[in-house]
Amino acid sequence: MRILVVEDDKDVAGFVVRGLREAGHVVEHADNGRDGLFLAASEAFDAVILDRMLPGGIDGLRLLETLRGQKNTIPVLILSALAEVDERVRGLKSGGDDYLTKPFAFAELLARVEALARRGKGEGPVTKLTVADLELDLLSRLVRRAGQKIDLQPREFRLLEYLMRHAGQVVTRTMLLEGVWDYHFDPQTNVIDVHVSRLRQKVDKPYPVPLIHTVRNAGYMLRPESA
Amino acid sequence: MRRGLLHSASFRFAMIYAILLAISAGALALFLWWATAGLLDRQTEAAIRSDAQNLAERWQEGGLPALIITIDDRLTQDVEDDSLYLLVDPRMRRIAGNLARWPSGVQEARVWYELPILRAGVRSLARVQRFDLPGGFHLLIGRDVQVRAELRTLLTDALGWGLLILLGMAALGAVLVRSLFRRAIAEVSATATAIAGGDLARRVRLSGRGDEFDQLAETINEMLDRIGRLMDGVRQVSNAIAHDLRTPITRARTRLEDAALHADTEEGLRAAIERGTADLDGIVAVFQALLRIAEIEAGSRRSAFAAFDAVPLLDAIAELYDVVAEERAVSLAVEAPPSLACYGDADLIQLALANLVDNAVKFSPEGGAVRIVARAQPGGAGGGGVEIAVWDQGPGIPESDRARATERFFRAESARSTPGSGLGLALVQAVAQLHGGVLRLEDAGPGLRAVLVLSAAAPNPA
Repeated sequence: MRILVVEDDKDVAGFVVRGLREAGHVVEHADNGRDGLFLAASEAFDAVILDRMLPGGIDGLRLLETLRGQKNTIPVLILSALAEVDERVRGLKSGGDDYLTKPFAFAELLARVEALARRGKGEGPVTKLTVADLELDLLSRLVRRAGQKIDLQPREFRLLEYLMRHAGQVVTRTMLLEGVWDYHFDPQTNVIDVHVSRLRQKVDKPYPVPLIHTVRNAGYMLRPESA
Repeated sequence: MRRGLLHSASFRFAMIYAILLAISAGALALFLWWATAGLLDRQTEAAIRSDAQNLAERWQEGGLPALIITIDDRLTQDVEDDSLYLLVDPRMRRIAGNLARWPSGVQEARVWYELPILRAGVRSLARVQRFDLPGGFHLLIGRDVQVRAELRTLLTDALGWGLLILLGMAALGAVLVRSLFRRAIAEVSATATAIAGGDLARRVRLSGRGDEFDQLAETINEMLDRIGRLMDGVRQVSNAIAHDLRTPITRARTRLEDAALHADTEEGLRAAIERGTADLDGIVAVFQALLRIAEIEAGSRRSAFAAFDAVPLLDAIAELYDVVAEERAVSLAVEAPPSLACYGDADLIQLALANLVDNAVKFSPEGGAVRIVARAQPGGAGGGGVEIAVWDQGPGIPESDRARATERFFRAESARSTPGSGLGLALVQAVAQLHGGVLRLEDAGPGLRAVLVLSAAAPNPA
C-alpha cells in the first residue's frame, strides 16, 4: 500500500516510516503542511497519517479541510498530541477517519492505518463473510464452521463479525472496544481478552485449526492458516 | 480610590432617596393646603354668592325697603358675627349694613376683594364683592375672614416648618442610606480585597437576615468555593506529578539503565526495553486519567448534556463486564425498572459506572455477587433524580478512609495488593460533581455500596 506520512518531528517520522516499510508498504514523507498537501493532492495514496501541529503555515486540520474541499476521500488517520475529547471531535469533524493520540504504540498505528486503507476499497455491501471453513451470514445471523451451526450471543456475533471483516489484519483491543462496544475509554482490566477467549471457546476450541490468533504486544488477528 | 461624589453609587442612592422623600412630602403638603385653607376660602365665597342670590330676590320682590329689612334681620340673627353688608345710595352714602363707609378699593362689580376693614374700632380682614343695583344703588356683601386668615397663616407656618423638618430628615436619611449601603458592600469589598491580597480562605460573612445582600454573599461564596476546589485540583495534579508519578518513572528509568549497563544477551536487552515501554505506557495512562479528571472538573463538557435512558447503558456495562465476573466466579446482576430517564453526558456517566463496576468485580471474593441497582428517586425540589448503586461483597472501605477514597492516588491499605492507579473513584466523583450529583460510599456489610446520584431532567433555567 502507498501511505503518506505528514509529520514534522524527525524521530517520530523516522520511526513510523521505517516501521511501515518493514510492514511492506511504500511510504512518502512530508515534514510540513505545504508539501504534505501538495503530495496528497497530486499523487495517489491508499492512506494518509497526518500530524495536527505542522510548520509552514498549513496545519493538519487546514490540510485536511482543503483536501475534503477538493472532494478527495482518501482515508486519513490523524496522529496528534491534542488528546482532549473536544479536540478529537474537531479532528473527526474536519474529515478525519480515525484519531490516534500521542504517545502511541506502533502496532496500534499500523493496525488502524491498514484497516483504514482497506476500508477505502469497500467492495459494496456484504451479506456473507467467509474465512476458511468459518461462515457468518449477516442476514440470517447464523454462524457455521465446517458446516456445523455455532450458537453465539449477540455481542459475540458482533465481535466475530468485526474480526472477520478485518480478516488477515491485526485488530487491537481499543479498536475492538470502539468498533464492537462503541466505548471510547480504556477499561484498564482485560475485559476484551476475556471476551475474545470466550469466543475462541466456541469458534476455535472444538476444531483442529485455530482461526483467532493473538498477536504479541498488539492484539488479535483472524486468519485461515496458523503461522 | 476617592472619586467625585457623583461617581459614588452610595451617594447617588442617598440623593435619590432624599429627592423622592422631598417630592412626596411636597405633594402631601400641597394637598393638605388645598384641602383645608382652600376649602375655607371656597366655603366663604359660596356663602357670599348664596347671600347675593337671596338679597337679589328680595330686591325684586319688595324693592329697597324689603332689602333694608332683610339686611337688618340678617345682621341681628348673625350669631357668628362675621357677615358684612353695606347698602349705599348713588352718592355712596350708607343706607343699611354694618360697615361705616364704602371701602375705597372696591370699584368693580362681581370681583373678589380681600381688604382690611375697621369694625367697631377693631381692625379686621374681609373678603367682599360688590353688586350694582338698579337706580344707582350699590351693595357690598362680605365675610369677616380674620379668623380664617389666622388659621391659614398657622397652617402655612406649620406646613413650612414641616417641610423644613422633612428636608432635615431627608438629609439625615440620605446619610443613613449611604452608610447602610456602604456597610452592606463593605464586607464583600473587604473579602475581595483580602482574596486579591492572597488570603484565599476568606469568605463573605453573612448578616443572617437572608436578604438580597446575603443571597449575593452566598453566591459569591459558592463561586469562591468552586475556584478553591479547582485550584486544589490543580495543586493535587501537580503534587501527583511531582510525587506519585516519580515512582513509575524511576522504575522505568532504572530498568532501562540497568539493561544498558548489565544486559548480556540481545534477548535480555529486548525484554528490558519492552518492560520499560510497558512502564511508560502505564505512566501515560495515569497522565491521561489525570487530565481527563481535570477536564471533567473544569466543567467544560456540559455542552454534551442531553436526556437519555440509563437502562440500556447499564445493560451494556453489565454485558461488557459479566464475562470478567464469570471468570472470577462472581455473579453480576442488574436490577432496574424498564426505563429510567436521566440527564447528562451519557459517555461520561457510562465511564463512571464502568469504573464502579470494574472496582466491584475486581474486589469481589470468589463466589461473591455484584449488584447494579438503579431506581428513580422521588421528585424533590430539583425535579427528582436517578440513584444507581453498585454493591459488592469485597473488603469494602474502612470508615476512616471513606472520605479520602475519592482523592487522586489514594489507595486503601486493603487495596494495595490489587492492581489500579487510585484514580477511578476520583474520576467518578468528578463526573458526579459535573452533573450536580453526588457519589456516596456506604458500608454494605460486608462489602461496599457505591451510590451515584444523578438528575433525571435538565435543570430549569432559573
